Amino acid sequence: MKINDALSGAILLAFALLILFLIRDYPTIPGQNIGPAAFPGLLAGLLAVCSLALIWRGLRQQPRGRWLEFGAWIRSGLHLRNFLLTIASLLFYILASEALGFIVTATILLAILFWALKVRPGLIVPLAIGVTLLIHLIFYKGLRVPLPWGILLPVQW
Amino acid sequence: MTSAILLQALGLVLDPYVLMVIFFSALFGLFVGCIPGLTATMATALLVPVTFFMPPIPAVAAIVTATAMAIFSGDIPGALLRIPGTPASAAYTDETYRMTLKGQAELALGAGLVFSAIGGLFGTFVMILFAPALADFALRFSSFEYFWLVVLGLSGALIASSAGRLKSAISLLVGLLIASVGMENPAAHPRFTMGINDLMGGVDLIPMMVGMFAISELLRYVTNMAPPAVIVTEKIGNIFAGMWQLTKKYPWQILRGSTVGTVVGIQPGAGGDIAAWMSYATSKKFSKEPEKFGTGHVEGVVESGAANNSALAGAWIPAMVFGIPGDSITAIAIGVLYMKNLNPGPTLFTNNPENIYAIFMVFILANLVMIPLGWLTVKLATKILRVASNILMPSILLFCIVGSFAINNSVFGVTLILFFGLLAFVLEENGFPIAPAILGVVLGKMLEENFVTSMIKSDGDPLVFFTRPIAMWLALATFVVLIWPVGAWAVRKLRSLG
Repeated sequence: MKINDALSGAILLAFALLILFLIRDYPTIPGQNIGPAAFPGLLAGLLAVCSLALIWRGLRQQPRGRWLEFGAWIRSGLHLRNFLLTIASLLFYILASEALGFIVTATILLAILFWALKVRPGLIVPLAIGVTLLIHLIFYKGLRVPLPWGILLPVQW
Repeated sequence: MTSAILLQALGLVLDPYVLMVIFFSALFGLFVGCIPGLTATMATALLVPVTFFMPPIPAVAAIVTATAMAIFSGDIPGALLRIPGTPASAAYTDETYRMTLKGQAELALGAGLVFSAIGGLFGTFVMILFAPALADFALRFSSFEYFWLVVLGLSGALIASSAGRLKSAISLLVGLLIASVGMENPAAHPRFTMGINDLMGGVDLIPMMVGMFAISELLRYVTNMAPPAVIVTEKIGNIFAGMWQLTKKYPWQILRGSTVGTVVGIQPGAGGDIAAWMSYATSKKFSKEPEKFGTGHVEGVVESGAANNSALAGAWIPAMVFGIPGDSITAIAIGVLYMKNLNPGPTLFTNNPENIYAIFMVFILANLVMIPLGWLTVKLATKILRVASNILMPSILLFCIVGSFAINNSVFGVTLILFFGLLAFVLEENGFPIAPAILGVVLGKMLEENFVTSMIKSDGDPLVFFTRPIAMWLALATFVVLIWPVGAWAVRKLRSLG
């Protein structure tokens, strides 16, 4: 996704202004005229200057091209789907891992991604279970990370 | 006294657990470097969640070893597939590929391996010679000197950046702003936490790095439309044949490559990839037979192969002495040192010299084990390159998820890798480099602390920033570095007008 420099500059400028707005009533260190607002304020000021330069550069570019240009992968259904699936699998883990538990969530997540990336169908489920158990072994048993058990709690090992 | 420290350091390194960590991180680094799309930086990012559970010396040993190996083994897919395994190999990928087509794959990979090790050892010896002396000098620094040092380092990173300076500057500012999230600031006011409790302590460095370096790579992998590359040769013979002749034929090239590499490495923001590009160009410029470059000629490979590995060691000099990382790998490593309460800086050299000497020894050891293990990797290369990436990549994704969860045992880490993975992906697609942002995040707290302390000490008089002698020189250097390109641009403009 290529964003025109002028547009990225405008987004960054808005971001810099938002920061300047957020820090307006930060307290100072008692007895000093400097506080937690000084440093981010300075940075946001510099960022605003840089974004203005970027906007200027984007507008001067000839030919200017479109505001947003999509790479070839976005028009290829398969690649776009895999991109969205990767994001969705992270969201799925964030939302479901506590309730379903690590092993169930990770197995589903891997199976879907293996399927999307065209792993041979017969291998998908055994591999998803195998990789999940291997990572569980390393982190849960080896490094003692308390990965959630979720629905498998009654049979935990 | 010194020999007692050396023995103590040797004891730390020769511990069976540390040796085991070195061995497995070496294999891990060689494997990751060999797979196109998995970079040395990503190897570090993936290792960090595991090093989180180790004592300081093995944690550093794991990072040092894995990155040194990954930088070498990035040469392998370059020679066999014409795809650099890591960006540091990109400078001479075409050259080594052409050598393979000419039937000289052994010579290309042998030169890569042997001169990587030599370059790495050279950088290590420079570090051993200069780092303690520099640390001694740095003991005299106050907040003013540190303030200028960080600003100088960050400005240097902008100048050295291969992407445009404006976009590098923006990336750096975004990194510094990310560092200011949370309560760790003067007055302990919760900044930009948006009411999220997990952000009170600031943005966790490890999930952020895993997101920026690993998740973004995975997103690039699933959106990559290039057809799969073809391995051009199956049989690789003795890679050590002819290495002694090369050493005798190109001694200056080896020395020059190692020196340029170390110096570029010390420079913040510039790492092995820039060192390799610079050395390849230097090699061609001073070569007696520049016409052979680009046709499968080994000279440039010798010089830039030494350069990228020496840069890796060079980058550790400012990292250990001042806590200012020389490249994104040391930026991650500094994050690890802080977590281990082994805060980098000159006092590390006076208070815990045995740790410093142990790190030096790890460097030497890593560059030595590179030779046999690198040989093994080359032997297995055609098999490693056939590892099914459609199985590997989802498995890495799961590893990233668990690794980022493990830092605080909180699923918020996974939210962070998703956010920063997407951010890095969009930034890179639009030509904003990631390395300055990482430098900004790592150096942000240090910069603010020294800035605020200096402001309080100076009682609002900015002139105090320039009155201490060392501070004045550092300030002057910063202005030269920053104004140089602007001045050069103005002169060019004036000339073109007149």
